[in-house]
Amino acid sequence: MFSSKYSVIPGFWLSLGYTLSWLSLIVLLPLAALLLYASHIHFDQLITILSNRQLQSALKLSLYTSFYASLLASIFGAFLAWMLTRYSFTGKKIIDSMIDLPLALPTAIAGIALTTLYAPNGLLGSLLPFKVAYTPLGIIVAMVFVTIPFTIRTLEPIIKDIPYSVEEAAKTLGATPLQTFLYVIFPMLFPAWLTGFSLAMARSLGEYGSVVFIAANIPYKTEILPILIVSKLDQFDYTGATVISLLMLLISFGLLFFITIIQRWIKPHRLIWFMTHLSLPFFSKKKSS
Amino acid sequence: MTPIIHKQTTLKRSLLLTLTWLVFGVIFLAPLSIILIEGLSKGLGFFWHTFANPVALSALKLTLFATIVSVILNVIFGVMAAWCITKYEFVGKSLLTTLIDLPFSISPIIVGLIYTLLYGSQSILYPFLMEYNLQVIYAVPGIVLATIFVTFPFVARSLISLMQEQGNTEEEAARLLGANGWQIFWLVTFPNIRWALLHGVTMCTARAMGEFGAVSIISGHIEGLTNTLPLQIEILYNEYNATAAFSISIILLIMAMIILFVRQWCERKITHVTSDAEQ
Amino acid sequence: MLLYKTSAWKIFAAFLMVAPLFFQTTHAKTVTLLNVSYDPTRAFYHAYNQAFEKYWKAKTGDDVVVYESHGPSGKQARSVIDGMQGDVVTLALSGDIDALNKYKQLIDPNWQSRLPYHSCPYYSTIVFLVRKGNPKNIHDWDDLIKPGVQVMTPNPKTSGVARWNFLAAWAYALEKYGSEDRAYDFVKQIYQHAPILDTGARSSSLSFIQRGLGDVLISWENEAYMALNESKPGEYELITPSVSILAEPPVAVVDSVVDKKGTRAVAEGYLNYLYSDVGQTLAGEYYYRPSNPKIAEKFKDKFHSLKLIPIDKVFKGWKQINNKFFKDNKIFDKIMSEINR
Repeated sequence: MFSSKYSVIPGFWLSLGYTLSWLSLIVLLPLAALLLYASHIHFDQLITILSNRQLQSALKLSLYTSFYASLLASIFGAFLAWMLTRYSFTGKKIIDSMIDLPLALPTAIAGIALTTLYAPNGLLGSLLPFKVAYTPLGIIVAMVFVTIPFTIRTLEPIIKDIPYSVEEAAKTLGATPLQTFLYVIFPMLFPAWLTGFSLAMARSLGEYGSVVFIAANIPYKTEILPILIVSKLDQFDYTGATVISLLMLLISFGLLFFITIIQRWIKPHRLIWFMTHLSLPFFSKKKSS
Repeated sequence: MTPIIHKQTTLKRSLLLTLTWLVFGVIFLAPLSIILIEGLSKGLGFFWHTFANPVALSALKLTLFATIVSVILNVIFGVMAAWCITKYEFVGKSLLTTLIDLPFSISPIIVGLIYTLLYGSQSILYPFLMEYNLQVIYAVPGIVLATIFVTFPFVARSLISLMQEQGNTEEEAARLLGANGWQIFWLVTFPNIRWALLHGVTMCTARAMGEFGAVSIISGHIEGLTNTLPLQIEILYNEYNATAAFSISIILLIMAMIILFVRQWCERKITHVTSDAEQ
Repeated sequence: MLLYKTSAWKIFAAFLMVAPLFFQTTHAKTVTLLNVSYDPTRAFYHAYNQAFEKYWKAKTGDDVVVYESHGPSGKQARSVIDGMQGDVVTLALSGDIDALNKYKQLIDPNWQSRLPYHSCPYYSTIVFLVRKGNPKNIHDWDDLIKPGVQVMTPNPKTSGVARWNFLAAWAYALEKYGSEDRAYDFVKQIYQHAPILDTGARSSSLSFIQRGLGDVLISWENEAYMALNESKPGEYELITPSVSILAEPPVAVVDSVVDKKGTRAVAEGYLNYLYSDVGQTLAGEYYYRPSNPKIAEKFKDKFHSLKLIPIDKVFKGWKQINNKFFKDNKIFDKIMSEINR
């Protein structure tokens, strides 16, 4: 059933068997428990839960904060990744080694530290003219901190693989920096950038530990889906918690599916074709004669 | 020969560098320095005093235990999965890869919920577990399981990407020369992948030490028994002891820094190995 | 070749060694007790557990180790329902202990009549904490809804004390204005003055004290005293309103757990000792009002006297309260959705 092409290397059944059973034990079995629990939920119960306005506003808030957070994380991430691979400067090693710290730091600590920093009486919070902590902006700040390592680490190897000679060639052929970016660099980076973006979005959508400290948790205003799950659970409402979890899982699966599609369909040469056929008004494309 | 790229005006270069440090400073340095400032605000004596506390020590032990066990089990799984995915062609391979990546994008809160549903009193497994006195959630096994779940893809991912790059020719050659499976693995594959393996281990360790959300749902917060270091930090913070909370965070930060330095060192080794292979 | 075989076996052996650690059994050698409690009781039970361990050793010769777990009251009850092996529960409200019977039959439905003072060895009330010099001039519930006042209270969905706060405000308005509609309006106005809704009593205090948010914190009396102790003298002032709620945090033995573990005697001893002079005095020292009037007399100067309304008189029990106010789409949800329309 599985093996379609014969390989001379032994150990197929052992490794496949182990992989599948461990995967089932750790990941699939618990997910099955969720589905099993969900299968007891009646359809009208589902409708009642999903039509709740509090849930809908939490969903909206979760989606838009995680969208903007991943957008910011992937823009800043792309910038940092570019600087780290293409430039050498003093302190680069320090930056490079600290990029992954948000991954290792317990999210609760990140939340406490960020709240201390951005609260109205905090170091940065007292300087800024607008409120950060206890607003949706605070949620975005926490999510950017937690997800930016992913975006940087997804882009770094891709940028490393673009040889300098490509840019040099573009330059010798008379391309302006903007043209080099749009027709050469952008098509090569975009698939990885989009993958990093989706990964970041999937992570920030589910982020709890850091957000719970910096959000004010006001229903309809600053309450995100994971906080709502915890609040449902603490009221013994397993059904509600399960439904919201399933909803979040669906969105995550959607994002994962999206990543697979990106990796399969959005290829640099397709993007280059697209970019060259897109007649952008602000520069005249030199047709080689 | 210097690449043309680097012949930029000093103004542009310094502008870019300033921007880099600004972005890095606001996103990374500011929150991390807050931890250092707050943690050391009562002096080094207080800092050490925090760790004289038996509850903090038991939390440290539990965190180390959960981390080590989950790293070992994830290494075994990672090697098996990477072997299976990179050495053979089979139907459903991309599905399997996606499933291995799945835990990346599942919220820690949902991890807590699904383990509660599976091992809690709601579950069909519960009477069986009770009969043999196996306490999974609100005990150490649940914490270990949750830690394994959140760190699940790390080792497998870093191995798969490297092994895909390296291809199968060396292993196939070894097989044709008469080596058996274990010999191929230990003599041919392992020397090629050991740095990537260590790299995966460091990522896995870093993430395992810091896990908060999932563990906080299924730990039960029993002091001295099921509190991990991140949970203990939250408790200290809640007990008006922010300084002690940040002190422990500093310890976690230092541990993370050490691990990340090991990781950087591994990365350099990996680039050596791959560039050697290319030559 | 043999070498590589042994390596494989080594891994397997290591795996086998790790496996038993994985499934630790719940049996231990000395008697262990787990007290599942809510957040603000941590300091009190730290002290009480030591006293009890000594007392039990002297009385029976057995060593007993009491473990504690603290968290938001509702979450703690859920953990016990989900299988946390708590021998005793000491939660913020009897509704949370009722849940142990409602969702899984873990406890006798008449648990509340098994111990004196309907299973509440200590009680407390809801008071206000304001900043130095009381700049917003807050003395009673009405002052909370004056323009420009920011009120700190947690989210009743996740926090036990937040429900007490809600009910105290409701009971005050009901007593003063005499109608449910007016009470609804009053409570709604209080939530309009709340800039954030933390998840628990303690997080709310921390936001008030460490983040400098809000002008007044509504909280447990013992929590307010704790906050006073943890801050510089004079930094905050405790304000006792004219009327508040009689907040009774109950205690109970979890029948199914103690019967399985065989710890009923110790667990009952543990709770009974709360009613002893030692237990009652400790409760008073940690700012809980002792239920025993004789001991309460000793702490007369510590606690301000005020009119305390028992919830059973106004609200007819926790089941009714949760159904009327805190379930999904009930009064609290209605208030929040009207505020954020």
